[in-house]
Amino acid sequence: MIARLVRRDVARAWTSGAAIAPVGFFLLVATLFPFAVGPDARLLARVGPGVVWAAALLAALLPVERLVAPDLDAGVIDQLAIRGVGEGVVALAKIAGHWLGFAPPLMAAAAVAAGAFGIAPATLARLELALLIGTPGLAALGVATAALTAGLRGAGAVAGLVMLPLALPVLVFGAGEGQGGLKLLAAVSLLLVAGAPAVAGAAMRVARG
Amino acid sequence: MTLLRLRGVACVRGGRTLFAGLDLAMAPGEAMLVTGANGAGKSSLIRIAAGLLPPTAGTVEAAPAALADGRPALDEEQPLARALGWWAACDGGAPRLAGWALGDLADIPVRLLSTGQRQRANLARVAASGRALWLLDEPVNGLDAASAGLLADRIADHRAAGGAVMMATHVPLPLPGAAEIRL
Repeated sequence: MIARLVRRDVARAWTSGAAIAPVGFFLLVATLFPFAVGPDARLLARVGPGVVWAAALLAALLPVERLVAPDLDAGVIDQLAIRGVGEGVVALAKIAGHWLGFAPPLMAAAAVAAGAFGIAPATLARLELALLIGTPGLAALGVATAALTAGLRGAGAVAGLVMLPLALPVLVFGAGEGQGGLKLLAAVSLLLVAGAPAVAGAAMRVARG
Repeated sequence: MTLLRLRGVACVRGGRTLFAGLDLAMAPGEAMLVTGANGAGKSSLIRIAAGLLPPTAGTVEAAPAALADGRPALDEEQPLARALGWWAACDGGAPRLAGWALGDLADIPVRLLSTGQRQRANLARVAASGRALWLLDEPVNGLDAASAGLLADRIADHRAAGGAVMMATHVPLPLPGAAEIRL
């Protein structure tokens, strides 16, 4: 059942074009940055990973409004509950679906963006590894935020206010240096992935009424 | 065998008691009409029977049910046959379009369907679920006379096959021998 839900979410992300938009947005931000900062190669290489992370965070935030609210409105969550699929399981499937929808394309795009910043291959490898570890945490945070803000007016803006502060540890440890940062990043990501289904599930139960 | 049994069920929504002390039981082949004014608690009763809303008091025992409320829960971008097929796969069955005059619409994306067509698709999802207990909330909404006739026929088929139907409605639909709960 989880696999069926994940496939459905991924297929919806791709057919609606929602999987392309965050990547396009990410590449645009990463391209604009060097223009704004100027052609200082050393400075660009130093801020590069941080910019990639900030852009990744915003890209994960972009599709938040269509993650949970449409399914709640269409009665999909109710129909799943009747079939004995709990909201926590739905949330877990949505996290996996959201991650598959944005993380792999984003990691590919990060390799392209690395060119714009002149990021060295070794730094890029570390960045990609950090993205691999950290993006599941961002996906979990995105789904939890989507469930918490579902049905609110101006949910997109509220979602940003809810999600971005909580994403701070991911950003700090993701853009940091050394092995210790990666381990702490993994810990934060694991905590988010473990906690988000319960939070998102409870929020969906309340929203269902 | 009982498909649905409510004992002393009460429902309080927003501080207002909609109904209290409600007892009912449904056996295979039975039908029950839930009637009442707008806001009397018809939909709440259906949701309580479906297990989506915990009753404020009392107990609910229900066989696995299929629910049709105003929302078809179908993927808007998908062709109708595939959108219904997704739920049918969840229920371990196959979508049935023919009995609902939806055969010609199989390749049409759900978002292009009219109100009545969506309602028929919604009901087709319930009929394909293979569940014995159907819970229908205003199923006649949006249906023309011919489609309402189809619905009456499918309900008769379902009851003849040992199913039970609880239906909240304010539009009369011929349900022979149906009990009525007035809220």
